[in-house]
Amino acid sequence: MFHDIFFSKSKSKVPKPCPIALSTRVRLARNLSEFPFPGRAESGQKKAVLSKCMSALGKVKPLLSSTSVELDELSELDRQILVEKHLISLELSQSEESGGVVLSNDRACSVMVNEEDHLRIQVLANGLDFSKVWKLADSLDSGIESSLDYAFDSQLGFLTACPTNLGTGMRASVMMHLPGLVMSKNMDKVINAVNHLGIAVRGLFGEGSDASGSIFQISNQQTLGESESAILERLEMTLENIVQQERLAREKLTEDDGLRLTDKISRAVGSLKTSYLIQSSEAMDHLSLIRLAADFGYLPEKFRALADRMFIEVQPGHVQLSAGKPIEPGERDRLRAKTLRKEFLRMPQLNLNAQVD
Amino acid sequence: MKCHHCDSQATVHLTQIINGQMHKMDLCEACAQEKGVTNPDNLSIGNLLDENPSKVDASTASMTCESCGTTHQDFKKGGRLGCEACYHVFRPVLEPLLDGMHAGVKHLGKVPSRSVKKKSDDDSEELLSKELKKAVEEENYEKAAKLRDRLKKLQAKSSASA
Repeated sequence: MFHDIFFSKSKSKVPKPCPIALSTRVRLARNLSEFPFPGRAESGQKKAVLSKCMSALGKVKPLLSSTSVELDELSELDRQILVEKHLISLELSQSEESGGVVLSNDRACSVMVNEEDHLRIQVLANGLDFSKVWKLADSLDSGIESSLDYAFDSQLGFLTACPTNLGTGMRASVMMHLPGLVMSKNMDKVINAVNHLGIAVRGLFGEGSDASGSIFQISNQQTLGESESAILERLEMTLENIVQQERLAREKLTEDDGLRLTDKISRAVGSLKTSYLIQSSEAMDHLSLIRLAADFGYLPEKFRALADRMFIEVQPGHVQLSAGKPIEPGERDRLRAKTLRKEFLRMPQLNLNAQVD
Repeated sequence: MKCHHCDSQATVHLTQIINGQMHKMDLCEACAQEKGVTNPDNLSIGNLLDENPSKVDASTASMTCESCGTTHQDFKKGGRLGCEACYHVFRPVLEPLLDGMHAGVKHLGKVPSRSVKKKSDDDSEELLSKELKKAVEEENYEKAAKLRDRLKKLQAKSSASA
């Protein structure tokens, strides 16, 4: 069976930094003892939790130089931009009262207050690096815990609003760029296979989002019954296998139908250079091919970084940010195309003789 | 085939495989819409709870968390609990769910240092008698009885060691 490959530990080492993995994230769900969870709390209780948490967070080491914001102070557009940057969740952005977020100035740490749980501690890093991200999340969590009482049960671990987060309260995820598996129509098989291992696959913006740009968020589904390190180890093993499958799929695509692939990449280059109206999902699909071309060596390395930056810049909130005001979707498509034409104007010819990654 | 929730004709037949176990449910159009079955990813564990109502004791239907007011019905509908105390109240209905949801049912991860300290504090005489007084004031006699027993045990222990 296809998913059997995910049970065996892969022997080949995945080099780091690994261009297939864009970023790594660890999120910890925590609640204060003695207060109802945000979904059940009354207005006054939520306010009390917010002020208690905000004052505690400011004293924790990784957050000494940080920005604290209450969601009430933010415009709709500001909230959207934070979501697009993965600094807050969609759920928090829709918070009606007493939502808050503390962002470390290097943007590596973000702690949300009064989301589904009182605290959602999040640490982000580029590439694939669970040990670094977990270490920081762990120390941030311990720092916060030194001044706040968490809701904890020796049997069930950290108590969370949703029982699917019980235990460690930890969701670890990696954002992966998997155009090979998408183009070879193997992504469904991969999703089925990893689901059997208690691992979830979602789109770029998490639950319910689509997979434009062939970017997937892959995370552990289970949080109770295993230690944090066991969860991370199992997830990392699965990710290594996915990377290997992606490599194989890319190799096969170039061998079996290289001309079609070249044609696709070349058309993406053309579209980015010449479009006058472009929607974000179409732009992301083209950017995905630019990234792939950089992985293949068809384009200089710097175009991978450009594609990664543009994945965020083409999002609706960011287009409006660069316009300096909220604008209608049609006008956004025009501005997005204009930005892309400018950014990709000087893209060189594809170097098709380059050694495949 | 009848709908699982009402007596209408079932037209939506849902099969979910969770950790290798197959769960089936038949629903009518209206109930399926209401439960969000059109998008299986969004199915809450509350729906799973509903799958086999015979398994859920009738007495659990009236369960309510006194601390935050969450009812069994709320939990079934939204899949979320309301507070720390809910985990004691809804333990009987929660436990069978955890098995299918997670890799195990016992926490093996990080333990917060303050909670270890807090646990021993919890059993301190002073705190227990305070809680007992509060429970009596609130006329929560069931809780008061439990606290009285714990207090007695603790006092017996400390006088024995003294």
